Amino acid sequence: MSAVRTALPLAAATVALAVVALMLGDYPLTVPQVLTALTGTSGFESTMVLEWRLPRVTAAILFGAALAISGALFQTLTRNPLGSPDLIGFATGSYTGVIVVTVVLGTSVVTTTAGALLGGLGTAILVYLLAYRRGVQGFRLIVVGIGVTAMLHALNTWLLLRAQEEVAMGAAIWGTGSLSLTSWSDVVPAVGVLLVTAPLVVWASRPLRQLELGDDAAAAHGVRVEPTRLAIIGLGILLTALVTAATGPIAFVALAAPQVAKRLWTGAGIPLVHSALTGAFLLLGADLLAQYVPAQPVPVGVVTVVLGGLYLLGVLIREARRA
Amino acid sequence: MPHSTVQHPVATRYLALGAGTVALLVVVVASLAIGSRPVPPDVVVAALLGQDVPAGDWRAVVELRVPRTVIGCAVGIALGVAGALIQAVTRNPLADPGILGVTAGSSFFVALGVVLLGLSSPEQYVWLALAGALVATVAVALVGGSGGARVDPVRLTLAGVALTAVLAGVVSGLRIAAPRTFNALLTWETGSLVDRGWQVAGPVLPFIAIGLVTALLLGGSLNALALGDDVATALGSTVWVTRVGAVLAVTLLAGGATAIVGPISFIGLMVPHVARWIAGPDQRWIIALTVLLAPVLLLTADVLARVVLWPGEMPVGIVTAFVGAPVLIALVRRQKAFAL
Repeated sequence: MSAVRTALPLAAATVALAVVALMLGDYPLTVPQVLTALTGTSGFESTMVLEWRLPRVTAAILFGAALAISGALFQTLTRNPLGSPDLIGFATGSYTGVIVVTVVLGTSVVTTTAGALLGGLGTAILVYLLAYRRGVQGFRLIVVGIGVTAMLHALNTWLLLRAQEEVAMGAAIWGTGSLSLTSWSDVVPAVGVLLVTAPLVVWASRPLRQLELGDDAAAAHGVRVEPTRLAIIGLGILLTALVTAATGPIAFVALAAPQVAKRLWTGAGIPLVHSALTGAFLLLGADLLAQYVPAQPVPVGVVTVVLGGLYLLGVLIREARRA
Repeated sequence: MPHSTVQHPVATRYLALGAGTVALLVVVVASLAIGSRPVPPDVVVAALLGQDVPAGDWRAVVELRVPRTVIGCAVGIALGVAGALIQAVTRNPLADPGILGVTAGSSFFVALGVVLLGLSSPEQYVWLALAGALVATVAVALVGGSGGARVDPVRLTLAGVALTAVLAGVVSGLRIAAPRTFNALLTWETGSLVDRGWQVAGPVLPFIAIGLVTALLLGGSLNALALGDDVATALGSTVWVTRVGAVLAVTLLAGGATAIVGPISFIGLMVPHVARWIAGPDQRWIIALTVLLAPVLLLTADVLARVVLWPGEMPVGIVTAFVGAPVLIALVRRQKAFAL
């Protein structure tokens, strides 16, 4: 009951923010206008809301939720509030993949997606293997991730320096992470694939709770620890990969959302539903900031990296004080 | 402490000092002799002695390679010693001015100056680079060493990652606002010794020199600090003076180096570890050996950077990342590294 009671305000806040997002734009609307437009009966305003603004809002909500769930899975498994696909070199690896396919094959949605997926998954596997030493310990995973990220970052810079300027600029824009998808035709495939992964998340939630109690306790409950852990990490990476392929790297939502959700929730552990709602709210809010606060709209990835990085610094400073 | 002084007799240290000097001479010669323009060794010597050589060769050796080698030495020393200082003050084996975001602070302030104020000459932006390094170093010290409590190395490393991410995010926002400066900025962001002549380095070298002298003076107090704040105080060392001195020295060294070449990571991570491995935990020896070995590493990386894509060049920061990141990974795989 308490889970529902705390989740409802989060859901309501996300819906309210979505309505605000639908109101804003070159042609501002009022709340009644948005609600009427959503029914599809008010001509031009309906086209504007349903065809232009709703895809972006939908993408922000679903992608934010997916990133947050991915982060919640990682943080639960590593038992570390700093465990997150952001910190294990995933985004940089995706970026490497995208730059390589852009330079070699040119830009198209299919090649970009494939490059991001392969680059990200390859990096994740590499980091996991390098960090593996009689099991994977959270901190080692993170520092290995930092090292691999540094190498890939150097590689990316080198590739961009060698590429032609238009190619470099195109790849660099992808590299900042943007939600400026314009139409349903871009949003629907990504959303469809994400919805397919939803049952997997539901499946993962049970063994996840048992792993949370510790490896020994989970094993006593009949969970095969290492294969399950690997499967859940794979699921987390898949969620991030799907979002990253569609938008470019959007940093730190996966890191921050589960921790914010945990503070809003009174129970033990990291709640998946609350995390998803928080992630949706954060990414939607960050996208609004990105569009309307700077003089010129910036990609949402720029906003999340700055806010999320400050959040991470704050967490670390507070922990240093307490220690 | 992982090593005891017993394992590091004086002879080993002096042997290392000698070997380091020889290695430094070798890479200096290599740095003068190797480049995209093939110049025969006898012509290199003749050019250095001021004899009559073809104008192109003279330009390549005297006007390009000599300043590049000297600057490479200065920057290598600056980054290496800055790394040794940060590792000593934070008692963190994973510390490095690049990893902890100090060089990111410098390059962030410089990027602000380039994009917002239209600065283009090093005399103008050296101050910004130093200010950026100071802000970042203070932030790192705030997370890492303020209370004197031992801070988890990984947390400090993460703080550097977070700081770097925030600063890089703002810079990429600026870049979108001003795409025309995009290419110039990207080249500088990598860390490179190409086209850094006397006019770039001249105004900055005095800062590096002051930072180096400060670091050498601090050696003894850092040894006391390694025993913990209470013991250090009991031994008559003023802890806060040591810390503030170290922060200022790191600022001058890392900020100065970044002002000349842009951000270069991992030199400050690797070299002090090698020095500690050879000389044991005495900070004075660690700093002395770092002064010799860091330029060896940076110049070797720079010579490699000139050779791998010959006749083109790779920014040296990319080479150091490729050499240094595996060292970071190896260090974290070795659990003992955490007991600094």
